[in-house]
Amino acid sequence: MNKQSKFLIAGFVLSLFLAGVVSNYASSNPDGLEKVAEDIGFLDSAKEHTNADGLLADYGVKGIENERLSTGAAGVIGVIATAGVSTGLFLVLRRKNGASK
Amino acid sequence: MHIPDGFIDIPTSVAFAGIAAAGVALSLKGAKSSLDEKTAPLAGLTATFIFAVQMLNFPVAAGTSGHLLGGALAAILVGPWVASLALTVVLVMQALLFADGGLTALGLSVFNMSLIGVWVGYAIFVLVKKILPKNKSSISIAAFVAGLISVPCAAAGFVLQYAIGGTATFSITQVLTAMIGTHILIGIGEGVISALSVGAVMASRSDLVYGYKGSTQLLETRVKE
Repeated sequence: MNKQSKFLIAGFVLSLFLAGVVSNYASSNPDGLEKVAEDIGFLDSAKEHTNADGLLADYGVKGIENERLSTGAAGVIGVIATAGVSTGLFLVLRRKNGASK
Repeated sequence: MHIPDGFIDIPTSVAFAGIAAAGVALSLKGAKSSLDEKTAPLAGLTATFIFAVQMLNFPVAAGTSGHLLGGALAAILVGPWVASLALTVVLVMQALLFADGGLTALGLSVFNMSLIGVWVGYAIFVLVKKILPKNKSSISIAAFVAGLISVPCAAAGFVLQYAIGGTATFSITQVLTAMIGTHILIGIGEGVISALSVGAVMASRSDLVYGYKGSTQLLETRVKE
């Protein structure tokens, strides 16, 4: 295996670990924007998300009762999906780049 | 800093969606020149890593948390054009799959995080790198400062949007003060994570770091071709 593949695999595994395991230790306090909206008083103007009942809404997999597993699984799915979509996009762009030379 | 639907009115959201779309179109064009068989998979990994780390909210002040935005980090690793695209992919995935960030607010969030976060982060990085001595640890210090400053600037983007199309009418100064104050604290976390991440890549594969190679060098190579 060359150095490049090793680096990519290490980074991917690290991302899986962060999203799949460490995510369970993340702070559940509101983020900066949400807190400011709450303190100042415009949090109520937020509407419910269109996909609020989606299968992966709020970083949990619908149907998995165990919260840790649910968050972890959502994280793993997100990492795989993001890796697929973004790498696909960049490979297509690169190919177009090569063709135009 | 993912904006839910409803904070900002629809006309303003549509206008910013237009600006965001133009920014993404420019980035698609700009990104091509910096993507080759080595950097394309690295760009994908950068988006993936940022998605993962964005899940990791860290506590900042009483009852508040923050998470990495990743614009500065991505710009340093893969260059600003590619970074804007990477951040946009992350935001789209979060909005579509995880109901994180409203769909009508997507353009607003792309503007703040994929455009302001990336380009301010990159500009600060280049500036700080210029001032510091030319060595590897300067790259990490510049990454810290870039990360730190990029977050309150992205937050200022929200305040601008709120000033134009906020659906609730609270004093803009009040929103500005609260947003900037909170996001400077989050920016410290952003700076630390950016510096550690860039430092780790520098230690193992410094040849992959766009901001280390320097964009001028890339431009020169292209001219020679």
